[in-house]
Parts: sequence; structure tokens; C-alpha cells
Amino acid sequence: MKSALPWYALLLPLVSAGAITLFTHRLKTLSSLISVAAVLGSFLCSCLIFGQKGLSAPELKWIDFGTVFTVPFGFVLDDLSRMMLVLVSGIGALIHIYSLGYMRDDEGKSRYFAALSLFMFAMLGIVLANNFVMLFIFWELVAFTSYVLIGHWFERDAAADAANKAFFTNRIGDFGFMLGILLVWMSTGSVVFADIAPRLSILTSHPAFLTIAALLIFCGAVGKSAQFPLHVWLPDAMEGPTPISALIHAATMVAAGVYMLVRVGFIIQASPSALLVIAWIGTISALLAALIATQQNDIKRILAYSTISQLGYMMIAVGLASNEAAMFHLFTHAFFKALLFLGAGSIIIMLHHEQNIWKMGGLARHLPITFLTFVVGALALIGFPLFSGFFSKDTILALAYDHNMPIFVVALFTAFLTAFYILRLVVVVYFAKPRSDAARASDESPLVMTGPLIVLALLAWLGGYGFFARHFLAIPHEKELLLIVPVLAITAMILGAGLAIALYRNRTSEPIEVDLLRRLFYIDESYRWLIHWTQELLASISAFFDRWIIDASVVRGVSGGTWGIGALLRLIQMGNLQAYAFLFGLGIVALIYFAVFR
Amino acid sequence: MAGMITALILIPLFGAFAVCVWPHTNARPIALIFNAITATLVFMLWRNFDATATGLQMVERHVWIPAIGAEYLVGIDGLSLLLVLLTSIIIPFAFLVQRMDRGFCALMLVTQSALYGTFTAQNFVLWFLFYEMSLIPAFLLIKIWGGENRDRAATKFFLYTFLGSVAMLLSFLGIYFAKGTFDFAQLAGLGKQGLLSGNVAWLAFAGIFLGLAVKVPLFPFHTWLPDAYETAPVGVSMVLTGVLSKMGVYGFVRLLLPLFPNEIKILAPWLLGLAVCSIVFASLAAWAQSDLKRMVAYLSINHLGYCMLGLFVITATTVRPAVEMQAALSGVFMQIFNHGITAAALFYYVGLLEQRRGLRGINDFGGLMQRTPLLCGWMSVAMFSSLGLPGLNGFIGEFLIFKGSFAIAASFTAVAVIGLLVTAIVFARAMQALFSGPLTESCSAFPDLGRTEKVVVVPVTLLMLAIGLAPQFVFNIINTTVIQMTRLLS
Repeated sequence: MKSALPWYALLLPLVSAGAITLFTHRLKTLSSLISVAAVLGSFLCSCLIFGQKGLSAPELKWIDFGTVFTVPFGFVLDDLSRMMLVLVSGIGALIHIYSLGYMRDDEGKSRYFAALSLFMFAMLGIVLANNFVMLFIFWELVAFTSYVLIGHWFERDAAADAANKAFFTNRIGDFGFMLGILLVWMSTGSVVFADIAPRLSILTSHPAFLTIAALLIFCGAVGKSAQFPLHVWLPDAMEGPTPISALIHAATMVAAGVYMLVRVGFIIQASPSALLVIAWIGTISALLAALIATQQNDIKRILAYSTISQLGYMMIAVGLASNEAAMFHLFTHAFFKALLFLGAGSIIIMLHHEQNIWKMGGLARHLPITFLTFVVGALALIGFPLFSGFFSKDTILALAYDHNMPIFVVALFTAFLTAFYILRLVVVVYFAKPRSDAARASDESPLVMTGPLIVLALLAWLGGYGFFARHFLAIPHEKELLLIVPVLAITAMILGAGLAIALYRNRTSEPIEVDLLRRLFYIDESYRWLIHWTQELLASISAFFDRWIIDASVVRGVSGGTWGIGALLRLIQMGNLQAYAFLFGLGIVALIYFAVFR
Repeated sequence: MAGMITALILIPLFGAFAVCVWPHTNARPIALIFNAITATLVFMLWRNFDATATGLQMVERHVWIPAIGAEYLVGIDGLSLLLVLLTSIIIPFAFLVQRMDRGFCALMLVTQSALYGTFTAQNFVLWFLFYEMSLIPAFLLIKIWGGENRDRAATKFFLYTFLGSVAMLLSFLGIYFAKGTFDFAQLAGLGKQGLLSGNVAWLAFAGIFLGLAVKVPLFPFHTWLPDAYETAPVGVSMVLTGVLSKMGVYGFVRLLLPLFPNEIKILAPWLLGLAVCSIVFASLAAWAQSDLKRMVAYLSINHLGYCMLGLFVITATTVRPAVEMQAALSGVFMQIFNHGITAAALFYYVGLLEQRRGLRGINDFGGLMQRTPLLCGWMSVAMFSSLGLPGLNGFIGEFLIFKGSFAIAASFTAVAVIGLLVTAIVFARAMQALFSGPLTESCSAFPDLGRTEKVVVVPVTLLMLAIGLAPQFVFNIINTTVIQMTRLLS
């Protein structure tokens, strides 16, 4: 049945963004209400779409070269996208409402809500896209809105830095993603997912080519879903307002990488070596981020590293070729992580933008609703039995147990770490005595903020059951696994939680300091160093050219020439390492070329 | 509809004359009136253009100098129309940027006439006449109204482009003596069999290549450009980058590709290498600049490098699927148009900043978002367009070029994509330095966009969005021409 509903769901937020930018940017309250109304409209449309199977939407031709090639603008409305549509617009709606409270007195409220609406448009576009080009366009648009929202408080240098970092890092991933898309387009002659699937044999007959295409596509997901080695932007992105961290940097945008991989799973699953790489990148990210999270002091950064770690779990599921497990965890994670972030936001706003957990303490009494809902989120995160995370994480662990023992061991250890860092957070923030004046004077947030918390807490608790799980729990559980995996997982969880409680009960400062984790495995520092020296090198080369050319024309003859050669030699010595790094990059490209195209 | 193109070429000349003789000192409104007339004419041209017909349209052919086969032959196909449209957008835009006296206005109008001529002439002698005619006013504009170091920059600009032109002229004389025609269409038909043989062919190729490569400019013939663009008044920089640089690309499409397919095929790896160098080195150089105008100038080289990449791949190898060739060629045409608009807009914004501050170093500003949110908002649209954000015009051309060239020359394209990454860094760095952070004291009295400025900024930005969101209306202009050219070249 043809229906325009997907168009409405997609375009309502765009209309809202346009209307706010052009007409109502001076009227802050009206702008925020327009934005909320638009997202509620989208949510309604999404629910209607969800209710009707076999719906299709009219399609446009975006680029039309007649018989040569066309790029359509059309929607895919299968189970996957319909579920995702409801999730994105639903959580989006909750966070819009929460933002009404959180951003109540903000100077740039109109800009905030316009960007939020634009984000909804872009994110829904990713969900609905039926072809690679459209997906890529919305993919970049999402990165753009994320850039704008991270840098929302632009007068702070840290926010502008973080926005830039997110934009570059995503761009590096997208650079690979684009090449991957072009490879697939070139070989199969189409960008529409439904048309690529039947022509997949063209790809599978060249395994090396297929692997490279799959890995290039995966690059996009590495950037977007903040996986090692491109994970560095996500913790910094916490400079943005907290509702943004919840919506974009926990529940939806970062999960878009996983969603995209599931969407094109039929390509990726044709290449076992690509799958293995994906699974291991996921494993490394999960472990690395969980380790770092144990030593952070900023409440939002802890949650950010936790997000990277959980996205790592989803990547493991993708890498073990289980779309269902990946999507299941994506859903439950969206609920409980959005909840945790909004809870953190509730604390932050009530403590006047204090984010250091060591300046909190004893908040359980001051913010009871926030506390209770936060605990539900934490229980879901650590996979406490009967909470949503228990089911979804268990599915992934069982999968790993079945297919890849080393990954299972690391994932289990990560589960232990997860319980450790989140219980550390809960104990330090909510128990003992308040450790700052702001914490002593704090009070519960208004209903407009606690309301979404309660709804999300219910979802985080129940998200693993029946209605939600039915669509995803298609994985066959084998009998003997069924018992051993949960037993091990629960043991790891209890150990981690117990250790955290024992270690952090009634502490006023960090008892153990691990420098390596504090400094994030030196990854951020080495990247910064690399960028800095590249820029220095460029500047000196550029200055050198200017000087040399001018001097050569003024000081003719031997003296100019010898000076030039001397300067050239000096330059070579000075810039050795960077030049090597550059050549190294070129070399990789050349290698790929010779490996594949010869 | 006969005579429309001739009228189009003549009206700006009348305008230049009117500006000079009119007693009133404020010449700009007169120039704008003449631009309104040409714009109407171009619009009519567009309406009467049959997008589905192959070959030239609205042809006017008159005997001129029969002894040397020179004809007055003008006409348009999709590519010509696209460039005529671009000229009619950029020139009025440049007129609105700053106060200018009558000499300035007159020279700009002469340039405009020369541009219309270049993009519509279909006979080499006539084409070359217009091509050179654009050079002199540009030289004078830089030399008289330029900023610091204007003598040096103007001379450099003139010498480079003029030497290139001389080389090109000599090559064409050689071709004429061998084949006896200056007609583009006839020459293109002869190109496949090889116009000339042996060393003469290589000499002719080298001459034309040099002339065009300097004009575009292609690495390493680009060194005149940063100086010229930096020194020229903002309006002239806009025209230089927006339209004049397109004359070079146009020449590649019209002349070099059809006339010397075999030579290009032999040299393909080298030419692709030069295009990739243009892309990568220019973006890296832009990263190193602290002067905003120089930064935008280097990015211009970078963006035209994508055009060159797209053009060289379509003649590069023996195995070239028609799909990919068409994608690349459409991408090039799209990029020509988009780069013209976006780069001109960027120069315009730099000009606005310079008017307010008196300086244009990247570190002379800071925290502008707090003081001039409108200026920052609209300017960032142009910047995002230039770095190729989907949804804005810049993306379409680059993406199609990459689509085509990746299939034909994968390794070169893979390296070229680095340019996209660096461009993003360049702009993000500039936006951070200009817009965010605490407000610098020297910028604390800046006015936001004024009424005239809004009148300029809004339509240009809407155009960027329109092309980015629904590019089909531009493709409709060029599609038939693209198909025809691919057929000719494959």
C-alpha cells in the first residue's frame, strides 16, 4: 500500500528546523514548542507506520541520467527500519521534552532546537534510506548537526575544540565509507540495497575485493560509532548540552554505525575476514573504553566511555554475523544509556554544571527520582537479571561463547569492568555525605525532566521482554550454553559490583590512580602530537617556499643557490618523521591498488 | 531567436561605454542596470534552450576573414549555457561587493563581454580573441585597484597567462597549417585519427596544454594565483575564481580533450598525478595559510584540481565504461558551476570581514558568533558547501567526479580523497578561529549583515541549497551535452 506517512515522518522535523531558522529564532519559547510538536508528529507517524506491514512510499529520482544511472530518493520500510523509526522518534521526543527543562534559560535556545530538529530529520533519513547515496548524505548531515550541537556553547574554547575533533574524526571514517560505497557502486552498478543484493555474486567472486569494500564501509561505522582507533571524539563531545549527549552521543547517532552495518549486513557477511576484523575492533573498543571508564572523574565522560564499550559489544555481534543480537543490544542500550545520561543531566543542572563525581555525594536523598531511575539504568547496563541489558548482553556473550572463545573471554572481563565502573559511579555520586556546597543545596529536577526519566526507566527495565524482544530474539540458544553463559556473566557482574562497593564506600577521593588509564592510553595525546607536527611542518614548508622563491629572485647567483640547498637539506632533516608518515599512507594506498586492481 | 548571443556579448560593451560617458560619478547602478538586461537575456536563452537536442543551438554564423578560415561563429550547447549562466550570476554579485569608480566598472563590464564571447565562440580565432580580451581588463584591475604588492602580482599574472596564450596560439597555427580549419566541431571530429603526427603533435599539445594549465591553474603552474587573488580587490577575486578560472577548464573540455585524446592517453598517469598534486598540495597549503584570502585562493586550486581529475580520467585508459565517463564529466560540469558560486561567495565573505576589521588574518578575529551571528551563520553555509557537505551544492560535483574517477583510476582517486579530509580541517579550523571562543576586543563593534548584504547573501545561499537538494535542474541543462561528449571521446 502506498502511503505518504514516511514522508511526513521525515519532513516534519526539517520544516521545524527551517521555520525556526527563518522565522521564529527571536521567539525562544515558540521555537522550542515548534520543535517538540514536530518530533511528536514524527513519532505519531512512525507509530502508524509501525502498525502497518507492507507499506511503501512514493519514490523520487534525485539524480536522473536516464538510462545510464539514477539515484533514487526512496524509503525502505522493512521490520528493521520500522522498529528503528519508532525508537529514534520516540527517544527523540522524550529528549525534546526533557530539553524544555534543561535548556530553559539558555541564550541560544532557538538555535539549539533548530539543530535538534535538523538532527531528527537527518537521523530519520539514515533509518529510512533505501540506497547508499542517500544514506551517505544523511550520514554526513548527522555529523554536521552533531558538530553544531557539540559546539553549542561556542564561547567556550573546549566546546569548539570538541566540535572540531568530532567533525574531523568522523570525516576520516567517512572518507573510507565513501570509497567503500564507490567500490560497491562500481562493481554492482547500483546503490539501491534491494538491487545490490541479487547482484552480490559479482562481489563474492572476488573475495579480496569484497573484503576491502566491506572494510571500507566499516570505516564509516568506526567513525560514527566511535570505535577504536577513531573513538577519541566521543568523550570530548560531552562538551555539548547533556540532552544532546543522551540523544546523539548515546542512543541514536552513534548507534547509526551499527544500524548501517546491519542494513548492509548482506554484503559484510559475505566476507569472513571482514567479519573477523569487525568483531575484534569491537572487542578492543569494548575493553579499552571500559578500562578507561574505571578511572575517569567526570560523570559524563564515564558514561561516554561506557557508550563506546557498549557499542563495542554491538560490533562484536555484527562481527559474529548476528544482526538480531546487534539490534537487540542497540535497542536496550538506547533506553538505558539515554536514561543514564538524562539522569546525569538532572544532577548536573541541579548542581549548577558541576560534573566531577568527587564533588557530588549523598545525592540519593536530594534527588530521589533521579536516583531510582539512575539505578534502574545502571542495573540494565551491567546486565542485572531481569533488566533489559541482561537479555541483550547475554545474547551477545552466548554468541561469542559459541563462535569465538578469545572474544568471549574479553567480553566477559569487560562485563566485570562495566559493573565495576558504574557501581563506582553510583556509590560515589549517590551515597556517603555531600562533598560540596552545590551538592548539599541540590534539589529534585522539575517534572518536565523527571517525566522522561521515568518513561525511560520503565523501558530500560522492560525492554528485554516480549514485545520488544520478539522481533530480535531469533537466535537459537543451544541448551548447555544457556546455563553456563549467564552464570559466568552474573558472576563477573557480582565480582565487579562487589569490588567497586568495597573499594569506594565512604571514600572522599580516588583510592587508586592508574596513570595509563587516566591518560587514556596516550591515544589522544599522540593524535594531538601528530596533528600539531603536521601543521608545523606545513607552515615551515610554506614559509620556506615563500622565502626561497623571493630570495632566489632577489639574491641571484651562487649565494642564493647554496642558501637554498642548505635550507632544503635542513628541512629534510627537520621533517623526517612526518614525511615518513605521509609516505607510509601513500604506500598503503599503493598496496591496496596493487593487491586489488592488478 | 537569432542575434541573442551577439546581443549578449555586445550589451556589456555598451554598458562599459555608457559608464564612461555618463556624467554621473556613481557608476555602479548603471553597471547593474546593464547586468539586469543581460540577466534577462540569459534567462530567455535558457528558456529557449532545447535540453534534449544535440549539437549547437542558436547558432550565428557570418563570414569574417575567409582567407584564414576565421568565421564569426557563436552558439551554445549545455556546457556553454551553464557557463553563461554562471557568468551572469557572478558578475552582478561582484558588483555588489564594494564601492567602485567608473573605470573599475567599465573594465568589469568589458571582462563580462569577453567571458560571454569565450563561452559561446565556436571558432578558434574568435574564441582566442575573447580569451585574450578578458586578460587585459583583469590585469588592469589588479594593477590599479589592487592591494599591497599589486605591481608584482599583476605582472606575474599577466606574464604567466600571456605566455601561456602565446604558446597556445602557436600550436593552433600549426594545426591550422596542417588541417586548414579553425572550427571547433570539425577539429573535434578529426581528433581521433590524430590531428598531426610525430613531434609536431607533441609540440602542439604542449603549447595548448601549457596555455590552459596556467589558466586553470594546474599544479605546478599555479604560483601566480595566490598572489593575484590575494592582491586583487575582492570583486575582482570573485570574478577571477568564479568565472575566469573556468575558461581554462572550458578550454580543456572544448579543445584539448577532443583534439588530443591519444596524447592524453599516453601521458595519463602524469596528468592524473598533476591533478592529484593540485588537490592534495593546494589543500595542505591552504591549511598552512594565515591570511583568509590566500587560504580561499589555495582552496580554489584544490577544487579545480577535482575538475582536472575528472577530465583526465575520461580519456585516461583504454577500458572506460560509459557510465563512469558520464558520471565524471557531469561531475566536472557540476563542479565548474558550484565552485564558481561557492568560491565567489567565500571571497565575498572575506571581503565583508576585511571591510569591518581592516585586516584579514585568521587570528585577527575571534568570537564573532556573539557579535555577528547572521554573518557567521550565512558564511558557514558557504564554507560547508566548499568542504563538500551533502545537502549543499559542493558535494554533488565532487561525489560524481569521484564516482567516475574511482572506477577508472582508483589509486589516484583514493589519494585525491585526502584533499576532502584536509579541506574539512582547513574550514573547521577557520570557523573555530573566527566564530567561536571569547569575543576579541577589536571585533566588538562589528555591525552584523546590513540590508544590501542580506540582499546578496540570501539568494546565493538559496541557490547553494537548491542545487544541493535538487540538482536535477542543472543536470537537465548539461545531460545531452555530456552524453554527446562521452560518445565523442570513447
